Amino acid sequence: MLAVAEVTPAWYLVLGSLIFTVGAVGLLVRRNPLVMFMCVELMLNAVTLTFVTFSRMLNDVHGTTVVVFVLVVAAAEVVVGLGIIVALLRKQPTATADDLTVLKG
Amino acid sequence: MVELVVFLVAGAICLGGAVGVIANRNPVHAALSLVATLFGIAVLFIAQEAHFLAAVQVIVYAGAIVILFLFVLMLLGVDRAEDLSIEPIRGQRVGAAIVGIGALALTLIAFASTSGEATGARPEPGAANEIAEGVADIDQIGESLFTDHLFAFEITSVLLVIAIVGAVMLSRRVRRDELVEDPLEVAHRAELEARAAAQASEGDAAPADAHDEEVQA
Repeated sequence: MLAVAEVTPAWYLVLGSLIFTVGAVGLLVRRNPLVMFMCVELMLNAVTLTFVTFSRMLNDVHGTTVVVFVLVVAAAEVVVGLGIIVALLRKQPTATADDLTVLKG
Repeated sequence: MVELVVFLVAGAICLGGAVGVIANRNPVHAALSLVATLFGIAVLFIAQEAHFLAAVQVIVYAGAIVILFLFVLMLLGVDRAEDLSIEPIRGQRVGAAIVGIGALALTLIAFASTSGEATGARPEPGAANEIAEGVADIDQIGESLFTDHLFAFEITSVLLVIAIVGAVMLSRRVRRDELVEDPLEVAHRAELEARAAAQASEGDAAPADAHDEEVQA
Protein backbone atom coordinates (compact mmCIF):
# COMPACT_ATOMS: atom_id res chain seq x y z
CA MET A 1 0.00 0.00 0.00
CA LEU A 2 1.37 3.33 -1.05
CA ALA A 3 1.64 6.02 1.55
CA VAL A 4 -0.76 8.75 0.48
CA ALA A 5 1.14 12.01 0.17
CA GLU A 6 -0.49 15.05 1.65
CA VAL A 7 -1.05 18.02 -0.62
CA THR A 8 0.74 20.95 0.97
CA PRO A 9 0.34 24.55 -0.28
CA ALA A 10 3.91 24.21 -1.56
CA TRP A 11 2.63 21.96 -4.36
CA TYR A 12 0.35 24.70 -5.59
CA LEU A 13 3.24 27.17 -5.62
CA VAL A 14 5.40 24.81 -7.67
CA LEU A 15 2.53 24.28 -10.11
CA GLY A 16 2.08 28.05 -10.33
CA SER A 17 5.73 28.61 -11.15
CA LEU A 18 5.59 25.86 -13.79
CA ILE A 19 2.59 27.45 -15.52
CA PHE A 20 4.27 30.85 -15.31
CA THR A 21 7.41 29.47 -16.95
CA VAL A 22 5.43 27.85 -19.75
CA GLY A 23 3.68 31.17 -20.37
CA ALA A 24 6.95 33.10 -20.38
CA VAL A 25 8.59 30.68 -22.82
CA GLY A 26 5.54 30.85 -25.08
CA LEU A 27 5.67 34.64 -25.05
CA LEU A 28 9.28 34.50 -26.21
CA VAL A 29 8.82 31.78 -28.83
CA ARG A 30 5.50 32.44 -30.56
CA ARG A 31 5.09 35.08 -33.28
CA ASN A 32 1.32 35.40 -33.54
CA PRO A 33 0.28 38.44 -31.46
CA LEU A 34 -2.93 36.70 -30.35
CA VAL A 35 -1.10 33.62 -29.09
CA MET A 36 1.42 35.85 -27.32
CA PHE A 37 -1.53 37.49 -25.61
CA MET A 38 -2.83 34.10 -24.48
CA CYS A 39 0.59 33.43 -22.96
CA VAL A 40 0.29 36.64 -20.95
CA GLU A 41 -3.05 35.36 -19.66
CA LEU A 42 -1.35 32.11 -18.65
CA MET A 43 1.23 34.04 -16.64
CA LEU A 44 -1.45 36.15 -14.96
CA ASN A 45 -3.36 33.01 -14.01
CA ALA A 46 -0.27 31.40 -12.53
CA VAL A 47 0.19 34.50 -10.38
CA THR A 48 -3.44 34.47 -9.20
CA LEU A 49 -3.01 30.83 -8.22
CA THR A 50 -0.01 31.72 -6.06
CA PHE A 51 -1.93 34.65 -4.55
CA VAL A 52 -4.74 32.36 -3.47
CA THR A 53 -2.25 29.83 -2.12
CA PHE A 54 -0.39 32.44 -0.09
CA SER A 55 -3.71 33.73 1.18
CA ARG A 56 -4.46 30.28 2.51
CA MET A 57 -0.95 29.73 3.88
CA LEU A 58 -0.97 33.01 5.79
CA ASN A 59 -4.65 32.86 6.67
CA ASP A 60 -5.07 36.38 5.27
CA VAL A 61 -8.00 37.41 3.09
CA HIS A 62 -6.08 40.22 1.35
CA GLY A 63 -4.47 37.72 -0.99
CA THR A 64 -7.83 36.76 -2.44
CA THR A 65 -8.88 40.42 -2.69
CA VAL A 66 -5.84 41.12 -4.85
CA VAL A 67 -7.00 38.38 -7.23
CA VAL A 68 -10.18 40.35 -7.86
CA PHE A 69 -8.08 43.33 -8.91
CA VAL A 70 -5.91 41.11 -11.11
CA LEU A 71 -9.05 39.91 -12.87
CA VAL A 72 -10.23 43.47 -13.50
CA VAL A 73 -6.84 44.56 -14.83
CA ALA A 74 -6.62 41.46 -17.02
CA ALA A 75 -10.04 42.19 -18.51
CA ALA A 76 -9.10 45.82 -19.25
CA GLU A 77 -5.77 44.73 -20.72
CA VAL A 78 -7.42 42.20 -23.03
CA VAL A 79 -9.95 44.74 -24.26
CA VAL A 80 -7.31 47.33 -25.19
CA GLY A 81 -4.79 44.80 -26.46
CA LEU A 82 -7.30 43.06 -28.71
CA GLY A 83 -8.41 46.48 -29.98
CA ILE A 84 -4.84 47.22 -31.04
CA ILE A 85 -4.44 43.78 -32.61
CA VAL A 86 -7.73 44.10 -34.52
CA ALA A 87 -6.69 47.51 -35.84
CA LEU A 88 -3.35 46.03 -36.94
CA LEU A 89 -4.70 42.82 -38.48
CA ARG A 90 -7.34 44.71 -40.46
CA LYS A 91 -4.59 46.50 -42.36
CA GLN A 92 -2.26 43.53 -42.56
CA PRO A 93 -3.89 40.11 -42.08
CA THR A 94 -0.56 38.27 -41.93
CA ALA A 95 0.95 40.46 -39.23
CA THR A 96 3.38 38.94 -36.75
CA ALA A 97 4.91 40.45 -33.66
CA ASP A 98 7.55 42.15 -35.79
CA ASP A 99 4.94 44.18 -37.62
CA LEU A 100 3.91 45.82 -34.35
CA THR A 101 6.72 48.30 -35.01
CA VAL A 102 4.19 50.22 -37.12
CA LEU A 103 2.86 51.45 -33.76
CA LYS A 104 5.92 53.69 -33.49
CA GLY A 105 4.89 57.33 -33.57
CA MET B 1 -6.70 11.48 -0.52
CA VAL B 2 -9.46 13.36 -2.31
CA GLU B 3 -7.40 16.54 -2.36
CA LEU B 4 -4.43 14.64 -3.79
CA VAL B 5 -6.50 13.25 -6.65
CA VAL B 6 -8.09 16.63 -7.30
CA PHE B 7 -4.71 18.33 -7.28
CA LEU B 8 -3.10 15.81 -9.60
CA VAL B 9 -5.95 15.80 -12.12
CA ALA B 10 -6.43 19.58 -12.12
CA GLY B 11 -2.69 20.20 -12.19
CA ALA B 12 -2.27 17.85 -15.15
CA ILE B 13 -5.09 19.65 -16.99
CA CYS B 14 -3.48 23.02 -16.21
CA LEU B 15 -0.03 22.02 -17.40
CA GLY B 16 -1.33 20.16 -20.44
CA GLY B 17 -3.41 23.17 -21.43
CA ALA B 18 -0.49 25.54 -20.88
CA VAL B 19 1.78 23.45 -23.10
CA GLY B 20 -1.05 23.22 -25.63
CA VAL B 21 -1.28 27.01 -25.80
CA ILE B 22 2.33 27.37 -26.86
CA ALA B 23 2.64 24.17 -28.92
CA ASN B 24 -0.52 24.28 -31.04
CA ARG B 25 0.00 25.56 -34.56
CA ASN B 26 -3.57 26.74 -34.93
CA PRO B 27 -4.50 29.77 -32.76
CA VAL B 28 -8.06 28.46 -32.28
CA HIS B 29 -6.72 25.24 -30.74
CA ALA B 30 -4.41 27.34 -28.57
CA ALA B 31 -7.43 29.30 -27.29
CA LEU B 32 -9.26 26.05 -26.48
CA SER B 33 -6.19 24.79 -24.59
CA LEU B 34 -6.26 28.04 -22.66
CA VAL B 35 -9.82 27.20 -21.57
CA ALA B 36 -8.55 23.89 -20.17
CA THR B 37 -5.92 25.69 -18.12
CA LEU B 38 -8.42 28.25 -16.83
CA PHE B 39 -10.84 25.52 -15.76
CA GLY B 40 -8.04 23.62 -14.06
CA ILE B 41 -7.10 26.72 -12.10
CA ALA B 42 -10.75 27.24 -11.13
CA VAL B 43 -10.78 23.68 -9.75
CA LEU B 44 -7.61 24.41 -7.78
CA PHE B 45 -9.30 27.54 -6.39
CA ILE B 46 -12.19 25.39 -5.16
CA ALA B 47 -9.70 22.95 -3.63
CA GLN B 48 -8.30 25.91 -1.68
CA GLU B 49 -11.75 27.04 -0.55
CA ALA B 50 -11.87 30.15 -2.74
CA HIS B 51 -15.29 29.36 -4.16
CA PHE B 52 -16.21 32.86 -5.22
CA LEU B 53 -12.95 33.31 -7.10
CA ALA B 54 -13.48 29.99 -8.86
CA ALA B 55 -16.88 31.17 -10.11
CA VAL B 56 -15.44 34.52 -11.18
CA GLN B 57 -12.56 32.75 -12.89
CA VAL B 58 -14.92 30.68 -15.01
CA ILE B 59 -17.27 33.58 -15.78
CA VAL B 60 -14.66 36.23 -16.55
CA TYR B 61 -11.91 34.17 -18.14
CA ALA B 62 -13.64 31.28 -19.86
CA GLY B 63 -16.86 33.17 -20.42
CA ALA B 64 -15.56 36.55 -21.50
CA ILE B 65 -11.86 36.71 -22.26
CA VAL B 66 -11.48 33.49 -24.25
CA ILE B 67 -14.71 34.21 -26.12
CA LEU B 68 -13.23 37.59 -27.01
CA PHE B 69 -10.09 35.87 -28.30
CA LEU B 70 -12.10 33.42 -30.38
CA PHE B 71 -14.32 36.22 -31.63
CA VAL B 72 -11.32 38.18 -32.88
CA LEU B 73 -9.80 35.06 -34.44
CA MET B 74 -12.95 34.18 -36.32
CA LEU B 75 -13.96 37.75 -37.17
CA LEU B 76 -10.65 38.56 -38.79
CA GLY B 77 -10.16 35.11 -40.27
CA VAL B 78 -6.62 34.89 -38.98
CA ASP B 79 -7.10 31.32 -37.72
CA ARG B 80 -4.61 29.88 -40.15
CA ALA B 81 -1.95 27.54 -38.83
CA GLU B 82 1.47 28.93 -38.15
CA ASP B 83 4.54 27.05 -39.29
CA LEU B 84 6.36 26.36 -36.05
CA SER B 85 9.29 24.56 -37.69
CA ILE B 86 10.80 27.86 -38.83
CA GLU B 87 12.80 29.65 -36.19
CA PRO B 88 12.47 33.35 -37.08
CA ILE B 89 15.49 34.57 -35.13
CA ARG B 90 18.47 32.26 -34.87
CA GLY B 91 18.92 30.99 -31.33
CA GLN B 92 15.51 32.26 -30.22
CA ARG B 93 14.25 28.87 -29.05
CA VAL B 94 17.45 28.11 -27.19
CA GLY B 95 17.40 31.55 -25.59
CA ALA B 96 13.77 31.14 -24.57
CA ALA B 97 14.52 27.71 -23.07
CA ILE B 98 17.43 29.15 -21.08
CA VAL B 99 15.28 32.03 -19.82
CA GLY B 100 12.51 29.59 -18.88
CA ILE B 101 14.76 27.17 -17.05
CA GLY B 102 16.48 30.09 -15.32
CA ALA B 103 13.20 31.61 -14.15
CA LEU B 104 11.92 28.25 -12.94
CA ALA B 105 15.17 27.51 -11.11
CA LEU B 106 15.09 30.96 -9.51
CA THR B 107 11.59 30.52 -8.10
CA LEU B 108 12.24 26.94 -6.99
CA ILE B 109 15.51 27.88 -5.24
CA ALA B 110 13.85 30.85 -3.53
CA PHE B 111 11.11 28.48 -2.54
CA ALA B 112 13.40 25.74 -1.24
CA SER B 113 15.35 28.28 0.83
CA THR B 114 12.22 28.90 2.90
CA SER B 115 11.58 25.14 3.13
CA GLY B 116 8.17 25.53 1.55
CA GLU B 117 6.72 27.81 4.18
CA ALA B 118 5.39 31.29 3.54
CA THR B 119 7.47 33.90 5.33
CA GLY B 120 4.96 36.76 5.44
CA ALA B 121 3.29 38.22 8.49
CA ARG B 122 0.17 36.42 9.55
CA PRO B 123 -2.76 38.58 10.65
CA GLU B 124 -3.26 38.96 14.38
CA PRO B 125 -5.94 36.76 15.89
CA GLY B 126 -9.27 38.50 15.56
CA ALA B 127 -8.06 41.00 12.93
CA ALA B 128 -10.48 41.91 10.16
CA ASN B 129 -8.35 40.33 7.45
CA GLU B 130 -7.99 36.96 9.15
CA ILE B 131 -9.81 34.19 7.34
CA ALA B 132 -12.54 33.11 9.73
CA GLU B 133 -13.82 29.57 9.83
CA GLY B 134 -17.35 29.10 8.62
CA VAL B 135 -17.66 32.47 6.87
CA ALA B 136 -18.14 32.36 3.11
CA ASP B 137 -15.17 33.77 1.23
CA ILE B 138 -17.42 36.12 -0.78
CA ASP B 139 -18.41 37.84 2.49
CA GLN B 140 -14.81 38.27 3.49
CA ILE B 141 -13.67 39.48 0.08
CA GLY B 142 -16.54 41.96 -0.03
CA GLU B 143 -15.72 43.33 3.39
CA SER B 144 -12.03 43.61 2.57
CA LEU B 145 -12.76 45.21 -0.80
CA PHE B 146 -15.03 47.92 0.57
CA THR B 147 -12.98 48.79 3.65
CA ASP B 148 -9.24 48.26 3.22
CA HIS B 149 -9.15 48.46 -0.57
CA LEU B 150 -11.88 51.01 -1.20
CA PHE B 151 -9.64 53.52 -2.96
CA ALA B 152 -8.12 50.89 -5.24
CA PHE B 153 -11.62 49.64 -5.99
CA GLU B 154 -12.73 53.11 -7.08
CA ILE B 155 -9.63 53.50 -9.23
CA THR B 156 -10.48 50.28 -11.09
CA SER B 157 -13.70 51.93 -12.27
CA VAL B 158 -11.59 54.67 -13.86
CA LEU B 159 -9.40 51.99 -15.42
CA LEU B 160 -12.42 50.23 -16.91
CA VAL B 161 -13.79 53.47 -18.37
CA ILE B 162 -10.41 54.22 -19.94
CA ALA B 163 -10.28 50.69 -21.37
CA ILE B 164 -13.77 51.03 -22.88
CA VAL B 165 -12.97 54.41 -24.45
CA GLY B 166 -9.67 53.07 -25.75
CA ALA B 167 -11.29 50.00 -27.29
CA VAL B 168 -13.98 52.08 -28.99
CA MET B 169 -11.41 54.53 -30.33
CA LEU B 170 -9.17 51.75 -31.62
CA SER B 171 -11.80 49.66 -33.31
CA ARG B 172 -14.18 52.15 -34.90
CA ARG B 173 -13.91 52.89 -38.59
CA VAL B 174 -13.57 56.58 -39.46
CA ARG B 175 -16.25 57.68 -41.91
CA ARG B 176 -15.02 59.68 -44.86
CA ASP B 177 -17.04 62.82 -44.11
CA GLU B 178 -15.73 63.06 -40.56
CA LEU B 179 -12.14 62.41 -41.47
CA VAL B 180 -9.98 64.94 -39.68
CA GLU B 181 -6.74 65.70 -41.49
CA ASP B 182 -3.56 65.85 -39.54
CA PRO B 183 -2.22 69.42 -40.19
CA LEU B 184 1.38 68.20 -40.24
CA GLU B 185 0.53 65.53 -42.77
CA VAL B 186 -1.33 68.06 -44.96
CA ALA B 187 1.66 70.43 -44.87
CA HIS B 188 4.02 67.58 -45.70
CA ARG B 189 1.89 66.45 -48.64
CA ALA B 190 1.66 70.04 -49.98
CA GLU B 191 5.42 70.35 -49.74
CA LEU B 192 5.92 67.09 -51.66
CA GLU B 193 3.49 68.19 -54.37
CA ALA B 194 5.19 71.60 -54.69
CA ARG B 195 8.56 69.89 -55.02
CA ALA B 196 7.24 67.51 -57.68
CA ALA B 197 5.70 70.43 -59.58
CA ALA B 198 8.95 72.42 -59.38
CA GLN B 199 10.94 69.46 -60.67
CA ALA B 200 8.47 68.89 -63.49
CA SER B 201 8.65 72.53 -64.62
CA GLU B 202 12.43 72.73 -64.41
CA GLY B 203 12.85 69.34 -66.03
CA ASP B 204 16.16 67.77 -65.13
CA ALA B 205 18.07 71.00 -65.86
CA ALA B 206 19.36 71.71 -62.36
CA PRO B 207 18.07 69.17 -59.86
CA ALA B 208 21.21 69.55 -57.74
CA ASP B 209 20.64 73.31 -57.33
CA ALA B 210 17.03 72.78 -56.35
CA HIS B 211 18.14 70.29 -53.78
CA ASP B 212 20.68 72.78 -52.36
CA GLU B 213 18.09 75.54 -52.05
CA GLU B 214 15.83 73.18 -50.24
CA VAL B 215 18.50 72.24 -47.75
CA GLN B 216 19.28 75.90 -47.07
CA ALA B 217 15.62 76.70 -46.67
